[in-house]
Amino acid sequence: MVNLDFERPIIELETKISELRTFAREKALDLQNEIARLEKRLQELTADIYQNLTPWQKVLVARHPGRPNVLAYIRHLFTDFLELRGDRLYGDDPALIGGLARFNGRPVTVLGNLKGKDTRENLERNFGMAHPEGYRKARRLMLQAGKFKRPVITLIDTPGAYCGVGAEERGQAVAIARSIQTMLGLRTPVVAVITGEGGSGGALALGAGDRLLIQEHAVFSVISPEAYATILWNDPARCPEAAQSMKITAADLAELGIVDEVIPEPPGGAHRDPALAARYVKEALARHLDELAGLPEEELLRRRLAKFRKIDNAYLRELNTN
Amino acid sequence: MLSILARGLWTRCPCCGDLRSAKELDRSWKVCPKCGYHFRLTAPERLQYTLDEGSFREYDQGLTGEVPLAAPEYQEKLQAARQATALPEAVLTGEGTILGHRVAVAALDIRFIMASMGTVVGEKIVRAIENACAKRLPLVIFSASGGARLQEGVLSLLQMAKTSAALIAFHRAGLLYISVLTDPTTGGVSASFAFLGDIILAEPGALIGFAGPRVIEQTIRQKLPEGFQRAEFLCRHGFIDQVVPRPRLKSTLAQILALHREV
Ligand SMILES: [Zn+2]
Repeated sequence: MVNLDFERPIIELETKISELRTFAREKALDLQNEIARLEKRLQELTADIYQNLTPWQKVLVARHPGRPNVLAYIRHLFTDFLELRGDRLYGDDPALIGGLARFNGRPVTVLGNLKGKDTRENLERNFGMAHPEGYRKARRLMLQAGKFKRPVITLIDTPGAYCGVGAEERGQAVAIARSIQTMLGLRTPVVAVITGEGGSGGALALGAGDRLLIQEHAVFSVISPEAYATILWNDPARCPEAAQSMKITAADLAELGIVDEVIPEPPGGAHRDPALAARYVKEALARHLDELAGLPEEELLRRRLAKFRKIDNAYLRELNTN
Repeated sequence: MLSILARGLWTRCPCCGDLRSAKELDRSWKVCPKCGYHFRLTAPERLQYTLDEGSFREYDQGLTGEVPLAAPEYQEKLQAARQATALPEAVLTGEGTILGHRVAVAALDIRFIMASMGTVVGEKIVRAIENACAKRLPLVIFSASGGARLQEGVLSLLQMAKTSAALIAFHRAGLLYISVLTDPTTGGVSASFAFLGDIILAEPGALIGFAGPRVIEQTIRQKLPEGFQRAEFLCRHGFIDQVVPRPRLKSTLAQILALHREV
């Protein structure tokens, strides 16, 4: 597993504890007290490091290769997952998966950006960057969910929509636009969760629902910090500063009123305990779906459109004074 | 020669290299008489060429709010853009008539930070849509944009959803939205309201796409073929209804408006 620089003290302590255990076992020594002391220290150290991550460090955590991908979350969150493939127009996009599943026993439609766990998988999944057929598949399955009155749950984890010749030839812009608009107009509850990287329009294509939740160390941004630093400052090395300036962390987004809830992660990030991370996500999803379940269709739609109408109002308050 | 160019009396066609006088270009709707190259229009020029003389009433003229994000050079950039264009922001919105047909209209101005969409551009577009909806007017938007206003961070991204959401009520009201894509229309604007029209027209040679050509070339490490992402290319691939040369644009809009006139 790849380790991040700022995690090194955690890894070192973990290694030390593990060595001590082995030593104690081999020599039949009682080192319980010493081990317990180090474990407590490890907990404090992990909490301390993870509570003080910079925005750029959060980006690295959100992209961590060991972070549970959407398929891992699907396994933890749902039962009966049945993948449904294809956009019925051109092809099937492995970078964006969808299907049916049960969430706490209830049928739902699930959509998510899928990154691979290793290079081979990533090549197959195009690193989670969808082509137009991915967004058209998403739209098809959203409309299907609307027909059968199933809630839609989306899991967002993508660097962004793919930029390439085929993607342009097959209408990347219109595919994203229509995915967003279809989501906004659905007559069934839609809850989106950003579980890793929420990159640009490619993320928003699955993010325009009734609720937008985000995991504690996930990010959501208009463009990658590297691209921001390159375009605005002509200096990709300034990406930590870009991450700071762009307001991309869960805490920043909550403060801006853009996300409805920040879902906690296990100490040290979701990659340290995927099952526990998924349990927190499941608990939040259940709560939001319950709140939305009682609303009449028209009211649901009215509230969703109103939410996006005033999403930046806090920032626009200066407008009329000019 | 240079001084004449600098004084703006003569303009060199970037396509065929011919020199044209400002007067001649204005008579030809800023289309090169020799090669047909469509010069980019400013938003005021666009409205002047499209709307009946004296019919324009601007909406939300004073809407110039600033998002207090941390990019320090952004305020300077905004000020410079305002000075260079004499516009408060990158879009002009309002209503007017096209050969007698009353419409709500928006025109983006590429000179203003590449007509990137931030909160004010998004808000003005949304208010134009809402005004059109309330007055039951058809809507015509002339898009041109480099994409999201990066300096406004994630708030710029959300304008895609905000504008798309406003169009839901508009479309449900059974009203007509004609989207005209002009050079260049990319990024967050193309992936939201620009491609959500009932009818989508484009000007000849306009660059239209999600990603800009430079980004794509960097991604695939190849030169892109001639004509890639141009209006004609998009038309061939089924993404726009017609490529309409500028001299025919006003009459084409009027024809579409007449065909949708509520009786
Ligand atoms: Zn020419």
